[in-house]
Amino acid sequence: MARSLSVLGRLLTVLLMLTAIFMVFAWVPNEAEQGLVQRIFYFHVACAWVAFAAFALVAVGGIFFLWLGQTVFDDLAYAAAETGMLFCTLVLITGSIWAKPIWGTWWTWDSRLTTTLILWMLYGGYLLLRALSEPTPQIARFAAVFGIVAAADVPVIIVSVRLWRTIHPAVIVTREGTHGLEDPRMVITLLVSLAAFTALLVWFLTLRMAMLRDADRLQTLMRNIALAEAALED
Amino acid sequence: MEHFPYLLAAYSIIFVLIALYVIFLQSRQARLRNRIRAAEARLARLDETVARRPRDAASS
Repeated sequence: MARSLSVLGRLLTVLLMLTAIFMVFAWVPNEAEQGLVQRIFYFHVACAWVAFAAFALVAVGGIFFLWLGQTVFDDLAYAAAETGMLFCTLVLITGSIWAKPIWGTWWTWDSRLTTTLILWMLYGGYLLLRALSEPTPQIARFAAVFGIVAAADVPVIIVSVRLWRTIHPAVIVTREGTHGLEDPRMVITLLVSLAAFTALLVWFLTLRMAMLRDADRLQTLMRNIALAEAALED
Repeated sequence: MEHFPYLLAAYSIIFVLIALYVIFLQSRQARLRNRIRAAEARLARLDETVARRPRDAASS
């Protein structure tokens, strides 16, 4: 049952992704000012959405781990941080590629770009902490606090285009509070891209959490082997 | 088709990075499962040896 659900989930993800690609390259019209390069926006925004959702899950997992002490929440936080890091990297790269023809530069110290880079570095630190330490309950608690504090940057990124002077476009809802996408096909393409990347996030989280469970199981087995070997030596 | 190379580069990087991550996860998962199977087999052998030992000692 679980296996067929997993296969179905993967099929749905691939189907959604193929539909999104078709819409981006063959269906959605060009934006009037930016032209062809605006099409980067659909996957760029989708990557940002799943990165923020993943980092919010790190905070939620961390809070529940500190509260209930169950390993499953720590696994969720760790898996979400790794997946979020992948999508946050994609946000920075695709944003940079879009910026070159539109702004004439690969990078500028704009408020949204800078706060996103800070988020990337914070979770880079989180992953380094987890990768370089022994998986003890103390490190898990420390990582949970780190993950919760770092997630505070997510709302800052979201409101940054309204809080500070910035050149980053506020496309979905403009600074004037109006709808930024001029054609309904653009909205549909964005929604399908968001659905495809959300499905991808769920797939990666499931896979990564299964791996963390397997790693725990291996650790228990190794402990039991050590005990059995000690019993043999006595 | 102005700026097409930028569009192509952005989408290529997205798919290459996602594909590399999937390959990385699958290979790590396969390695982990192999190590679990090997550890289970080793533990079963050790348990068998530990269980047989008192009988061996008693028979000798």
